[in-house]
Amino acid sequence: MDHVKAGIVVFPGSNCDHDVYNVFKNTLKADTKFLWHKDTSIGDRNIVILPGGFSYGDYLRCGAIAKFSPLMNEVIKFAGNGGVVIGICNGFQVLCETGLLPGALLRNVNLKFVCKTVTLKVENNKSIFTGEYDIKEEIRIPVAHGEGNYFCDENTLTDLISNNQIIFTYKDNPNGSIANIAGIQSVKRNVLGLMPHPERASEQLLGNTDGYRFFKSVTESLL
Amino acid sequence: MYTSKINIKIRDTILDPQGKAVEHSLKSLGFNSVTDTRIGKYIELKIDTLSEEDAKKITEETCRKLLANPVMEDYEFVVSKDGEGK
Repeated sequence: MDHVKAGIVVFPGSNCDHDVYNVFKNTLKADTKFLWHKDTSIGDRNIVILPGGFSYGDYLRCGAIAKFSPLMNEVIKFAGNGGVVIGICNGFQVLCETGLLPGALLRNVNLKFVCKTVTLKVENNKSIFTGEYDIKEEIRIPVAHGEGNYFCDENTLTDLISNNQIIFTYKDNPNGSIANIAGIQSVKRNVLGLMPHPERASEQLLGNTDGYRFFKSVTESLL
Repeated sequence: MYTSKINIKIRDTILDPQGKAVEHSLKSLGFNSVTDTRIGKYIELKIDTLSEEDAKKITEETCRKLLANPVMEDYEFVVSKDGEGK
């Protein structure tokens, strides 16, 4: 995987950064670096991942403060130039706050933090993130969030559907998300946000490799 | 010096599960006349500027750029000059 140069963004409060690093570095054997939120350049990275966690303590709103970190300006430029950006869990919240993805993530409708493995449906396997899956394939991926209830207005939802931007949906909705949405991509198809954690399901050792094909799909798309 | 008192809450059209949970508790305490409960947040800013108009403009901008998320929240605020009305 010499062609992959992964940058894992670390905010104060990120806590899935090392999990994502491990997948890229040790499972995919990719050139992998951490990017500190105060960095002012993403350097030679060709894929940027915003990991899960509680950036800036989730103060104000999840992801709201992170969007103003110096590195995020560079990530926004990178995405604007077609660079591949993935936001997982808190990373998805950051992407919505920055406007790289539409909508917002609200408090789970039952007010509970959900931490379990759920079944997702692959709604679009033509994306650069899901080429390794079959269309409508059901995969098992863990979720762990208190604010994963995806919300957008009706017009935005219509756009998401007509542009095939909905990538993953929940089989049994754990958080009240509109249209069972678990993950969406941008109109330009280079930015993806999802609440579930594929990095926690990418190794035999962890008992589940359904997430591995997500990373394999996106890294092969960089070729 | 001016003080901005800002209230931010989830849009009325969006379900506020926290408000609903509190409402159920209020009902179980016998407050049957309470028909709706919505929970938001309150933010107070001290603004060092010369005019009330300017303080309002600054407050509006802080809400738009950071304090509220227009996708899901509404905000309202009151600006007052410090030391007045005492």
